[in-house]
Amino acid sequence: MAAGPYETHDYDVVVIGAGGAGLRAAIEAAGQGARTAIVCKSLLGKAHTVMAEGGIAAALGTVWAEDNWSMHFRDTMRGGKLINNPRMAEIFAREAPERVLELEEWGAVFDRTNEGLILQRDFGGHRYARLAHVGDRTGLELIRTLQYRLIYLNVDVFMECTVTRLLTDGGRVGGAFGYRRATGGLMVFRCPAVVLATGGFGKVWKYTSMSWESTGDGIALAVDGGAELIDAEMVQFHPTGMVWPPSARGILVTEGVRGDGGVLRNAEGKRFMFDHIPEFFRAETADTMEEAERWRTDKKNNRRPPELIPRDEVTRAIYAEVKAGRGSPHGGVFLDIATRRSAEDIKKRLPSMYHQFKNLAGLDITKEPMEVYPTCHYSMGGVRVDADTAASTLPGLYAAGEVAGGLHGANRLGGNSLSDLVVFGRRAGLYAAQYANAMTARPAADPIQVEDAARMLLAPFERSGNENPYDIQRALQECMQEHVGIYRDEAGLKKALDEIAVLKRRAQQVRVSGTTAYNPGYHLSRDLYSMLTVAEVVTRAALERKETRGGHSRADFPNVDPVWGKRNVIVKKVNGQFQLTNEPVPQMSTDLTPLLEEKR
Amino acid sequence: MATSDRNLRVWRGDAGGGEFHDYTVPVFEGMVVLDALHHIQATQAPDLAVRWNCKAGKCGSCSAEVNGRPCLTCMTAVESLPADNPVVVTPMRAFPVIRDLVTDVSWNYEKAKEVTPFTPGPKAADGTRRMLQEDIDRVQEFRKCIECFLCQDVCHVIRDHEENKPKFAGPRFFVLLASLEMHPLDTADRTEQIKQDAGIGFCNITKCCTEVCPEDIHITDNAIIPLKERIVDRYYDPVLWLWRKLTGKSSGS
Repeated sequence: MAAGPYETHDYDVVVIGAGGAGLRAAIEAAGQGARTAIVCKSLLGKAHTVMAEGGIAAALGTVWAEDNWSMHFRDTMRGGKLINNPRMAEIFAREAPERVLELEEWGAVFDRTNEGLILQRDFGGHRYARLAHVGDRTGLELIRTLQYRLIYLNVDVFMECTVTRLLTDGGRVGGAFGYRRATGGLMVFRCPAVVLATGGFGKVWKYTSMSWESTGDGIALAVDGGAELIDAEMVQFHPTGMVWPPSARGILVTEGVRGDGGVLRNAEGKRFMFDHIPEFFRAETADTMEEAERWRTDKKNNRRPPELIPRDEVTRAIYAEVKAGRGSPHGGVFLDIATRRSAEDIKKRLPSMYHQFKNLAGLDITKEPMEVYPTCHYSMGGVRVDADTAASTLPGLYAAGEVAGGLHGANRLGGNSLSDLVVFGRRAGLYAAQYANAMTARPAADPIQVEDAARMLLAPFERSGNENPYDIQRALQECMQEHVGIYRDEAGLKKALDEIAVLKRRAQQVRVSGTTAYNPGYHLSRDLYSMLTVAEVVTRAALERKETRGGHSRADFPNVDPVWGKRNVIVKKVNGQFQLTNEPVPQMSTDLTPLLEEKR
Repeated sequence: MATSDRNLRVWRGDAGGGEFHDYTVPVFEGMVVLDALHHIQATQAPDLAVRWNCKAGKCGSCSAEVNGRPCLTCMTAVESLPADNPVVVTPMRAFPVIRDLVTDVSWNYEKAKEVTPFTPGPKAADGTRRMLQEDIDRVQEFRKCIECFLCQDVCHVIRDHEENKPKFAGPRFFVLLASLEMHPLDTADRTEQIKQDAGIGFCNITKCCTEVCPEDIHITDNAIIPLKERIVDRYYDPVLWLWRKLTGKSSGS
């Protein structure tokens, strides 16, 4: 099949991905006068952000006036087990309130307090009720608000287009190559700056809360382009995904259920989280049910319930309960909101959860407990970026949102993702535009790279092999679920690497039939490349970090190691091979240090 | 897990035409139509075009027609469909086919741009934006919309009348217009737009849109009828009509 002709476009900034981070970046870049395009794999408004439920964390202080950015900073750092980039966490906590109010200015309709201000809800790891929300569909509100801000601006939107290669020119970004799904037409974007806002990679696991798009394209694009990755081993398994029926396995059950008072129980009916309070959070966690209940209305004199310690801890606790034989009939635990709030209250505060369980599981959550088990949900690690500018280590390449790493350290707190999107989405768009606007000699899109990218994309039509891309995807998901899941060990990780190597070879034999126009098998053959890249990077990074911290639990190294607590794992591709190093966590400025020391 | 087989009859083709293809898939507990389509892709027809994202009823991508009824394939349980007939899956009829079950919904994105955007007035004296929950409940109902475009698909004004598309916005955009018109902070006046550009007069409130809405938005009762009432108040109120005649002013308010 002949490559080309190519549909060619010239821009200053091309944003890849149209979730919260990509939309916010494009809005900002256009506002800076940069000729801006946004390229997305799906239709506008369908990106994974739409699935975010519980809320957007920002120290607005509308419910608890005591709250402020420095406490949000502290909670974010502690939730991340202190390997976060402290400057990123500082910028994040300082700017999040401004970004939330900006959404309101652009038409977002958050739930209100009695005084008519933005209502905030409790969530794990946050000392005060801090999540602005709209029932349990906050992501939809965020994406719709940004979408309807964007469409009136001078931004070209390329829907259902997939970028498969970053083009470089002399060690900096020169453009991007991709294809248009509806026609199969090949596309070249000539641009000095690219913002990666491609989201996460949960689809590499079998049980995940993530949508089909989450194949880690941005990770593959960045590392192939020469950019560095950070802490790729830090994958969040959200404590509460659906377990039954099989069709719904992995679908998210919002942490808002626990934020609003829901409790976890094992098969014996015991509220087991009191047995799993880690030393790190003991001083700030209630150790009696009475105190936990009092905290709902008096946060000053009581400590938060153990159901609301950070996600990594709750996930390990659920794993341990099920492993000890105290699981629910389908191998999870029970999440009970029915006995905690009135039916009317549940339907008002958690409408999506009510409908999700009713439609998919035939279960009324106002009457019965839900069955839940951890599900792959988020990647803390990602493209290594400068804290202030969101610039990657490849000049001209910026990254924001889930594809970027550093802010969340070893574990992300609930609600911190949506504010991450708008804080660093804006910064990425701003600095990408400034970089492009300041450019005097524009880089070129190398025709040799374009031809190579086209050849690689179209290769599955011409091969003699007979592998089905769906078989390889399923095998990869099963491998990662088994060996690189909640708990990992050296033997399993090495086995995973062997299997990934075999799957990479098999992927070279994938053959697709039909035409290039809207052909899911063809599309998957390219997604497999991203997924296999992610799988290898995560597994290698997981082998490197010999300790248990945050989203990375090692059965063979079950404890936190203070030496590793000061290191970030860095991955880079050198001569086609992944090279791993570890570097010190960036130094915290002296004015931030006391904020971490401070106790309740 | 109890397993049995079900037959699916899936329309396949492109803008040039197409035909039904029959497939048999094993059914497992809780299986939805989208699961069945995925099974066909993975084992029998890797090039079967299906648009989907979240498979959790939140993104509104997987809209199609199952046994003739517009629905989200990810929220339609196979067990809920009559077992004695094949499950018939066809693309949304109101939009041009790209391939198989995927349609070109770009018309909706063009219509969106015609709506006057959110236009807030000045902030309160203390720099805040205050809105009471009871004043935003109705707007929040409209903002639940996931843009699945099933209401557009079922709407008989455009379903078999391509010629009406330029002058009619469809239920989705009446919901959007209502969400803006009833937003306590918004100051823009879209009444003329709703009447002229969006063509709300075409709607004769058959409520088909409300019936297919997966988010249970009361599109007809809560969005369309109140908007129609605003048009009536503005353009057909006899007192205002007389006022305009006498003063030459366009509005009585």
